Amino acid sequence: MTHRTSATTLYRRKSYRRGSYRRERRVDRVYYLFLVPTLLVFTAFVVIPALIGIFYSLTDYVGFGEWSFLGLSNYAALFSDPRILEAYGFTLGFAVVTVVVAQVIALALAVALTRRIRFATTLRTVFVIPMVVSGIVVAYVFNFLFSNSLPAIATAVGFGPLEESILGNPDLAWLSIVIVSAWQTIPGALLVYTAGLTSIPTDLYEASALDGASPWRQFRSVTVPLIAGFILINTILGVKGYLGVYDVIVGLTGGGPGTATSSVAMTIFGGFTGGDYAYQMANATVFLVVTALISVAQIIATRGRAVRL
Amino acid sequence: MTTTQTPVRTQPPAGLRAPGRVHRTSWPLTILLALATLTVFVPLYVTLSMAFKTSAQSADGNAFSLPAPLNPASFAEAWTLTRFPVSFGISVGVAALAVVLTLLLSSLAAYAIARNWSRRFFRWSMIYLLVALFLPFPVVALPQIQLTALTGLDNPLGVGILHAMFQLSFSVLLYTAYLRSIPIELEESARIDGASTWQIFWRIILPLLGPMNATVGIFAFLASWNDFMMPSLIMADPTLQTLPVVQNIFQSQFGTDYNVAFASYLMAMAPTIVVYLFAQRWVISGVTQGAVKH
Repeated sequence: MTHRTSATTLYRRKSYRRGSYRRERRVDRVYYLFLVPTLLVFTAFVVIPALIGIFYSLTDYVGFGEWSFLGLSNYAALFSDPRILEAYGFTLGFAVVTVVVAQVIALALAVALTRRIRFATTLRTVFVIPMVVSGIVVAYVFNFLFSNSLPAIATAVGFGPLEESILGNPDLAWLSIVIVSAWQTIPGALLVYTAGLTSIPTDLYEASALDGASPWRQFRSVTVPLIAGFILINTILGVKGYLGVYDVIVGLTGGGPGTATSSVAMTIFGGFTGGDYAYQMANATVFLVVTALISVAQIIATRGRAVRL
Repeated sequence: MTTTQTPVRTQPPAGLRAPGRVHRTSWPLTILLALATLTVFVPLYVTLSMAFKTSAQSADGNAFSLPAPLNPASFAEAWTLTRFPVSFGISVGVAALAVVLTLLLSSLAAYAIARNWSRRFFRWSMIYLLVALFLPFPVVALPQIQLTALTGLDNPLGVGILHAMFQLSFSVLLYTAYLRSIPIELEESARIDGASTWQIFWRIILPLLGPMNATVGIFAFLASWNDFMMPSLIMADPTLQTLPVVQNIFQSQFGTDYNVAFASYLMAMAPTIVVYLFAQRWVISGVTQGAVKH
């Protein structure tokens, strides 16, 4: 790819100025052989489909046959479509609630597991089990618990609000999705936090204890600042995962009752059978922008915080 | 459960050092945590007990009762309904393909990138590959369904490739971070001895990447094995579906035979749980490695 031209000489010099130990040597061609195939398949299977999708979002394509250019009218229609806005509202709200619930529980469990307790390894082994099971299957199991067992228990103890299945209640169905998503994603976050907590030097706690810091104060002033990076990773990966929520919803509510728990992913997939292919591609493009913006915003926001602490 | 490392009485288990000033075992906390494991055990217990019930007992509304009488026939029925050997085999094939492709493509790419970081082409390639970190599959799903159908990849082969593609960014990220910690002197001396870059990668770098291969492999395997979204959308032939996807037959046709459905769920969940319990130290250190390395 790069031959001995003036350009390569130029950035070779630049790399020299950077203090790189890579001296005046030509790049071994084999490195391109290592990298280029990956770039090509990645382009073919990920980037090109994304570009095709974005392109069709500007047309009236229905998934087959003729199409013509529409410009941005799909996007205009999108922002006044209550079904789409509702899906975004649901997905964003769900992601925020779930990331908070899952991170708080995961961090609490990680702190508890790194204290002087018995059977720490066994307990951790158990808490990590949900990580290895399939989301859709877990959702089917919980579907049964929510629609049969929970109402049965509520009836037995006379607790009115839960006597009907929460899956059939438009105001409560989302809770079931939060519970199962959190159940499934807490283990991964827990392991990240455990790694973070064990990396904190013990003498920091000893020193702060000598200064009279309470355990809660130690947690706020020692633990949290030192694992800020781990909180950042967990939150970004968590939110990105929750925004794409699909499997768990399919297994629990199928997006219902009505469209109460219909996520953005579900509305997009509807485009393949619903005949509004181009329209849903506009939706997918907006979804991509939203996901990327949220991730970037989180990085900026949390980094500022980590510096201040 | 199987814990290979039994803690010595007065010492905390390795890797779980207490950062606090509490020096004696905290029993209330231990008991609290033990109670919290119920959140994991209850769904698993219900699955297990439901799977062994008779159809009549499974429909009585009490999920927590023990099976009486014990009825293992549900497993035989679930086995034939889901064509278990076929769907299990396809799941194994898809996951194996995804893992092999992920390991191979991302380790080679990461090595090239890490060792040529001063060159613009390699740096930009890294950024290019990282784009997919912010790209959820639903965004490309519709074009993907069409393209895989056009190219004849609307089958397990295509799903395996796609799983690897969506694992690439994360894996390259992990590998490059890890490669930076491998001293370059090892390679330089091999190079002086006349080894080519190709030989250096296979003989020196790949073995050194051992722990990271495990981490990347575990993530790739779990993502592929447990996925529902991609196979359910991409696969054109329902008889070639993976194990998680075939579980959906119990949502419609066989709605009342809960015992058969749960026997099937159990057969779908058990393989990874059993493997995990036997290899838990290895899995946990692998995942933790991934958390620390970037």
